[in-house]
Amino acid sequence: MFETLLSLSGLSAILTLIGILVVAYIFYNHGMSISNRSGMVIFDGDDQVHSESIDKKTAKRWQHLDESTRGHVIYLLFMATIWLLAGSVAGMIASIKLHHPNFLTQYEFLTFGRVRTFHLNSVAYGWLSLGVIGIATWLLPRLVHASISGSRFIFVGGVLWNIAIAGGLGAILLGFSEGVEWLEMPFWSDLTIAIAGGLIAIPALHSINRSKVRHLYVSVWYILAALLWFPILFLIGNMTKFHQGVEHALVNWWFAHNALGLWFTPMSLGIAYYIIPKAIGRPIYSYSLSFLGFWTLALFYSNVGVHHLIGGPVPNYVVTISIIMSMMMFVPVIAVAVNHHMTAFKHLAIVKEQTALRFIVLGAIMYTLASVQGSLHSLRSLSQITHFTHYTVSHAHLGAYGFASFILFGAAYFVIPKVLQTNWPHRKLISLHFYLAIIGIVIYVVFLGIGGWLQGQKMLDPNAAFMESTLVTIPYLQGRTVGGLLLFIGHAIFFLHFILILLKYKNTMRGKHE
Amino acid sequence: MNKTLVTIGAIIILALSGIVLVVIPHFSILRQIDHTNIPPVLSEQAQRGRAVYIDLGCVYCHSQQPRHKNFGPDYLRGWGHQPEAKDYFGQNPHQLGTMRTGPDLFNIGDRNPSLQWHLVHLYQPQLVVPWSIMPAFPFLFEEKTAPEEGDVILKLADMGIERENTVVASQRALDLVVYLRELKQKEKPDED
Repeated sequence: MFETLLSLSGLSAILTLIGILVVAYIFYNHGMSISNRSGMVIFDGDDQVHSESIDKKTAKRWQHLDESTRGHVIYLLFMATIWLLAGSVAGMIASIKLHHPNFLTQYEFLTFGRVRTFHLNSVAYGWLSLGVIGIATWLLPRLVHASISGSRFIFVGGVLWNIAIAGGLGAILLGFSEGVEWLEMPFWSDLTIAIAGGLIAIPALHSINRSKVRHLYVSVWYILAALLWFPILFLIGNMTKFHQGVEHALVNWWFAHNALGLWFTPMSLGIAYYIIPKAIGRPIYSYSLSFLGFWTLALFYSNVGVHHLIGGPVPNYVVTISIIMSMMMFVPVIAVAVNHHMTAFKHLAIVKEQTALRFIVLGAIMYTLASVQGSLHSLRSLSQITHFTHYTVSHAHLGAYGFASFILFGAAYFVIPKVLQTNWPHRKLISLHFYLAIIGIVIYVVFLGIGGWLQGQKMLDPNAAFMESTLVTIPYLQGRTVGGLLLFIGHAIFFLHFILILLKYKNTMRGKHE
Repeated sequence: MNKTLVTIGAIIILALSGIVLVVIPHFSILRQIDHTNIPPVLSEQAQRGRAVYIDLGCVYCHSQQPRHKNFGPDYLRGWGHQPEAKDYFGQNPHQLGTMRTGPDLFNIGDRNPSLQWHLVHLYQPQLVVPWSIMPAFPFLFEEKTAPEEGDVILKLADMGIERENTVVASQRALDLVVYLRELKQKEKPDED
């Protein structure tokens, strides 16, 4: 009886309905009371069109808040960049190995299964996680109108996080992987990351809690929720000993997709929700819509994970729930898309002249694309082709690179000069990085997407030998390496530029002291 | 007000998703598993081999979850029937995989039980599968001028490959192959 009820997918339909009602209720009670004027809070009640042309007193206060975050923001972003470089070297090696299988085979620690894993963990927990934390800890003081007390803990947490990652990645290369996708680092490393995350989250949450601001801007909502979600998810996901078999696979993908949906996505969206209107100097298109986006994202995104197991040996109804939820994701995605894109398109001239903003606006566009793509290929008919192929890898990079990393690059270019109170030494390098990144990611996603699609079709064709599904991908895998190389050169330029601005800052400091 | 709403809402939503995707399935999977019909556990050597499979990251190119007959030609390729929860009973970590750069291995022991084939394939895949893009694992083998007693020697000469030294499989390579050979669907369930 229980089984039948579930397998009828009645549960999923009911849950969706409850979800929609809850969102409708919250939206009705709170969303409506949030007028679009509340979106002006980031301008500090100042209606100036251009963001930085504010009165001197306000400018002084922001400058003071920015400077209060200097120590940990620069440290976190710099270390994130190091992990980005390490991760992209590993990614390049893994990519080359797929079309030149005898490349570096003599070294056990560089075997495909290990460098690929190094790549994922380095960019996910090093680059993206430390990056979004770095930007968020810069953002919070501006939004709660007070510097974060106990920011020393953020710094200590950051150091601890880096040690944990270095250890965890080393363990992966040496063969001590836990063997579960997205959760490969050994438990001691995960536990250290969780503690480090706590050290970072507590001062941040405390400063939100203490805040006397009349209205907390929507970015705070996203960051607050993400800071609560990630430690819980990460700890439960890593308690691998409690699960086994098929159930372990469910926990695995419940975690892994929530790491994207409830950690990288809300953090990146929170950042975009601030910097897009801020840099343009006009409020977000429809501020009240942003709350519909927030709640629906939370409700639907948290349940999509099992679409990774379509056609697998898991109960059908769980898969169905995840597919329905994936389709429901259109609601938050459209809400965010309307807000981000309408704000940007109404002021295209400003977007064009600021490279940092261009990164973020394009990142937001790629969020829309990746989400629409993700929702569609969670359908059984499309998943049948794309699952188990490089298409998924292409999609993952459209999300993690095109969306999250683009937002992070843009945010870093926007934030670092404010924190250091000095401009980027070479504007042309930012532009160069931008073009390398956009051309690189387009090559990457398009080539791998087509290759993966063809691979899937060959695999589904009973008359084609398995061999054909491998051979058909080779030229596309080579194309991917070219795309990846462009991205890598972009990272090197970003890193170099980062060092140059730090040197410039050091020189100005020295100049001031003398 | 907003902070409390976000905090409580966020936690409830996360708990809800945990209940829907993890807790409820936990019970329904437990009900599904027929405990009298669980496939035999792996031999000790195969379990060591499974550890090698995990530490080398085989799962990133090989799935262990053939799809249902109505959902693609997996069965026709000899990859086996769609397994059930019981087929994975006790496996930790799971190795279902999400990628098929190489073929599914759920039933590889049935499809290809040859020790020599697997050893040579691990030593240099392209010797037995010319189009393969699987990496070679030379570090799982040793080159010896004078093999000792009990060494498992790769019969490369039979394949027309000349090597100066004898290539001998390490314990890890042997464990891994034993694991692969034990990967078979024990009984074929009736399926239409």
